[in-house]
Amino acid sequence: MVMEHDLSLDDLSQGLAQKAQRIRQHIVRMIGEAGSGHPGGSLSAADLVTSLFFQELRLDPAHPDWPARDRFILSKGHAAPVLYAALAERGFFPVEELLTLRKIGARLQGHPDCRKVPGVEMSTGSLGQGLSVANGLALAGRLDRSNYRVYVLLGDGECEEGQIWEAAMLAAHYGLDNLVALLDYNGLQIDGPIQEVLSPDPLADRWRAFGWAVQEIDGHDFKQIIPALNQARETKGQPSIIIARTVKGKGVSFMEHQVGWHGTAPNQEQVVQALAELEVVGDGR
Amino acid sequence: MAAKIATRDAYGKALVRLGERHPQIVVLDADLSKSTKTAEFARVYPERFFQVGIAEQNLMGTAAGLALTGKIPFASTFAVFATGRAFEQIRNSIAYPCLKVRIAATHAGISVGEDGASHQAIEDIAIMRALPHMTVVVPADARETEKAVEALLNWEGPAYLRMGRLALPAVYEEDYSFSLGRAVQLRAGADATIIACGLMVYEALQAAEVLAREGIEVRILNMHTIKPLDEEAVLRAAQETGAIVTAEEHSIIGGLGSAVAEVLSEKHPVYLYRLGLRDCFGESGAPGALLKKYGLTATNLVEATRSVIKSKKN
Repeated sequence: MVMEHDLSLDDLSQGLAQKAQRIRQHIVRMIGEAGSGHPGGSLSAADLVTSLFFQELRLDPAHPDWPARDRFILSKGHAAPVLYAALAERGFFPVEELLTLRKIGARLQGHPDCRKVPGVEMSTGSLGQGLSVANGLALAGRLDRSNYRVYVLLGDGECEEGQIWEAAMLAAHYGLDNLVALLDYNGLQIDGPIQEVLSPDPLADRWRAFGWAVQEIDGHDFKQIIPALNQARETKGQPSIIIARTVKGKGVSFMEHQVGWHGTAPNQEQVVQALAELEVVGDGR
Repeated sequence: MAAKIATRDAYGKALVRLGERHPQIVVLDADLSKSTKTAEFARVYPERFFQVGIAEQNLMGTAAGLALTGKIPFASTFAVFATGRAFEQIRNSIAYPCLKVRIAATHAGISVGEDGASHQAIEDIAIMRALPHMTVVVPADARETEKAVEALLNWEGPAYLRMGRLALPAVYEEDYSFSLGRAVQLRAGADATIIACGLMVYEALQAAEVLAREGIEVRILNMHTIKPLDEEAVLRAAQETGAIVTAEEHSIIGGLGSAVAEVLSEKHPVYLYRLGLRDCFGESGAPGALLKKYGLTATNLVEATRSVIKSKKN
């Protein structure tokens, strides 16, 4: 049994890794085409978002408003490219539309607009607000006795916003076990390393102290991401957070660990180089 | 005369009454449910009441999430905190995605009284009015508040409902037809028009009585919906009476007076006086004394009306 489970997790991880690389290619291509955008935090979150959209979330791209669907809120809305790429790959809209990112008249706004794009649950972009919205969705699900689950992706710098902690208190107070936060802990924000800008330490202890079930994982290892999501589903009586250590700019050598790639678009030459690097698919860890 | 009732009391009562027939109504409060009068809803429908604690930003975001699923959330706190502390949550999580959240704020204006300027919202209408998609409603009395709450159930997009702490005399002794975005003419007149909202509507009626004794007939419009503004009623008043006084328990900057001025100056300029707080904060004191000190009484309206009529004749 254990062997079988491990084998299937291996297969699953490989499939997800391939998908994640495709999503990274989209991210690079669309931001390059747009001439502006946020590659660093989109690439760092790619494996987490891929795991959600291609394994965890119950969705129906043909019916984006299906009431029983799981909800995903991209609270770090500047990572819109990773969300758009996942939605397109999942079939919510044509992949070709990705290249309209940030263009006038396009649906794909610089930060997600839920009134324009099918599959985008909430307009986000101003940091700190998504967890509260997720709370509302989770409370509504409980009130309606619906078993959908709510997922929200937070940035590490985003947790400097006070509203995050207001929301964290509420989720724990109401025991929202239908709510899972994923924290893209890439360690870099616009003005520099988070440790220098405003240390989040002790990050896991803080969330624990606020009443959350905390897991700490490698956010690029599907063999850790998938079990963590499974465990979050099994957790009862309190909300879950998966603190995922990630690398900003993950997958593109010259972007990795570089603060400068938070909000800078690659030029044509850099796009070509990045895409070449992203042709190589890892083993899912 | 009927007993005085605060608009916040009428709000609390309306929620309980409507809650029975409208299961999609949910109510959120930030540790002020006894003051905003949502406590009774909480007692009757505990499952649909969400206490969020002293955390207004999360109040608005949570309401937004509930609205995404088709609930009709009434998010309540004091007007200062709703529109000030949580402005950007209202902007980005409610107005921009055009969610059907009802921001039901109480304790607006200087009639809050003794708590003083920190708790007296005098700029909230201006703030909310500036947001795309936002509807802004300021009921004049208890009956109108109940009607506004009910009307807002069948009105799309976000809305700001502004209420007060002070018990008010009834403007409407009998039932009447209320519709959002439509001013109510309470008195006919051709010499001038007073366009008022909130507790200034009653003052306007009092002023009209005084002026009538001088042979001045003043039209009174209750502009309960500041946005979308009933431009037609404003323009008709301008054309037919040629002089307008606006009256609000709010700063003259950005509120009802500004909204009326914007319409008039673009489409039909006439003499206008904006009665309101003249770019100042309030202070502690008894509500009646404050309204008098800051010039928000029938007496002030009488003077203002005489003055615009004089300007018109010159």
